[in-house]
Amino acid sequence: MCRIGRCGTSDAVEEAIVEAVGLRKRYDKHEVVCGVDFTVRPRECFGLLGPNGAGKTTTIRMLTGFAPYDGGSLAVFGMPMTAANARSIKSRLGVAPQEENLDPDLTVAMNLRIYASYFGIGASEARARVAELLAFAELEDKADARIPTLSGGMKRRLILARALINRPSLLVLDEPTTGLDPQARHLVWERLRDLKRRGVAMLLTTHYMEEAAQLCDRLVVMDHGRIIAGGTPAVLIAEHVGRDVVEIATGGDPARQARIEALARPLGRVDAVGDHVILYLNGGHDPREALSVLADEQLVHRRATLEDVFLTLTGRELRD
Amino acid sequence: MTIGFAGGALRVWRRDMESWRKYYKASLVGALGEPILSLLAIGYGLGRFVDIDAGGAAGATLGYAHFLAPGILASAAMNAASFEATFGSFTRMTEQKTYDAILATPIGIREIVAGDALWAASKATLSGTAVLLVAAGAGLVTSAWACLLPFVALLIGLVFASMGLVVSSRAQAYDFFTYYFTLVISVMYFFSGIFFPLASLPGWAQAIAWCLPLTHAVALSRACVAGTVGAAALVHLGVLLVVLAASYTLAVRWVGRRLIA
Repeated sequence: MCRIGRCGTSDAVEEAIVEAVGLRKRYDKHEVVCGVDFTVRPRECFGLLGPNGAGKTTTIRMLTGFAPYDGGSLAVFGMPMTAANARSIKSRLGVAPQEENLDPDLTVAMNLRIYASYFGIGASEARARVAELLAFAELEDKADARIPTLSGGMKRRLILARALINRPSLLVLDEPTTGLDPQARHLVWERLRDLKRRGVAMLLTTHYMEEAAQLCDRLVVMDHGRIIAGGTPAVLIAEHVGRDVVEIATGGDPARQARIEALARPLGRVDAVGDHVILYLNGGHDPREALSVLADEQLVHRRATLEDVFLTLTGRELRD
Repeated sequence: MTIGFAGGALRVWRRDMESWRKYYKASLVGALGEPILSLLAIGYGLGRFVDIDAGGAAGATLGYAHFLAPGILASAAMNAASFEATFGSFTRMTEQKTYDAILATPIGIREIVAGDALWAASKATLSGTAVLLVAAGAGLVTSAWACLLPFVALLIGLVFASMGLVVSSRAQAYDFFTYYFTLVISVMYFFSGIFFPLASLPGWAQAIAWCLPLTHAVALSRACVAGTVGAAALVHLGVLLVVLAASYTLAVRWVGRRLIA
């Protein structure tokens, strides 16, 4: 499928929004980003996925000028991300951080107006943008509310609105919906899709594979400071897990588990997790074949998702 | 539109001012009440038992309250700036992550430190000016040079705000400020010539006292109140400017090291 900004002849002439080549960062003796390469293209939503400690946040910190990099190169809007260029790069960047850092003593509207002033946006222009962004974030009735009175979802939307005050060319979103309930999460997604339609390029980190599948045109999976896979969500799923997944309950019985694994193994890759056996069907097998072989078992048949890709690539061990 | 260093610092200052406006009443009572009470209670209460010549311009014999007033003014400015640049700035640097939010915009560390220091110094100016008005109302101000005192309070505020920001840049928790206030600010408060003339100390102690920035702040304030502004006042001014330049430079470096790594 062809998406705007991802194909066609315009790629050659349009400068990349972000271009990272062999990017490295170490803290003390520990290298947390060990040479990553990626490109964010105009108008696309690019995902940075990975378990805790994979180096996602450090990568974002380098990209937003919060962490100088130790090796490789990093260009944003065609300019090397250096202390000298940080000011002009940041003037075109919108940053929605993971941690809430709104001004608790200011009202919702004042948070936006003060933030506008940091970009040198004049008072009357700022008023117009604040009104527009409050509507966008569905916070019009909360204009005069203080921050501690807002719900988690409202704070997230306000952080998103604040990141848009300078009409950024690139929006950087670090876990934009962590901790939100499904209603609040879907509203944020809707807003982000809205921005994508308007052509705002986005770089997104998330732990929610559904979020990545919903929003990202392309993504990379990071682990231990390296990129271990990359592509469109559909290609990643097809390449790493296939199309169909069958989850079979074992009831925690080892004999039953062994029997199920023996039945399942010829059909694809098998993964035992707790009291379930997970079968990732090989492309050649019809799911109906698997379902008939395992007809006596308690099972669930579903489509493969990014979550399967993620767990396949990064394993199931807990990360701190 | 690009905003320069001054524009950036003023925008940070404005952010602090807008946040403060919500609490200005409580903040004013706290900042103004204590120095004014000290001036009245110690200056007039204790002062009746103190035999001192505060040395007016024309050699007139003046009382203890005259001696005390400029020192209370200087220490009020010191305290206001020190509290804001430690507890206030530390909260913005850590808990509230206000500095991080600003750093995601074209405004950099230098402007953040300058704006926060200017804000702390603004509170110092307010406190110092309030003491000045009370002192003037009580007839303790005898020279037109006193008109410069709000600016002296601003300078004192900038000096102690920058020092406070240096401390904040290294603090791991609020408890850390106990050391600073007990070992640095309180020592200065008692040994910078606010309550007794430094000449009454032994020579070595005087030498140490003249190394404290507050000693020069008190001496400068006293010169303005008494109208004895001369070469010595310029030296005090110079010392304060040097301390300001050094601590601002260090604050920028250390706050930067803390936030950008």
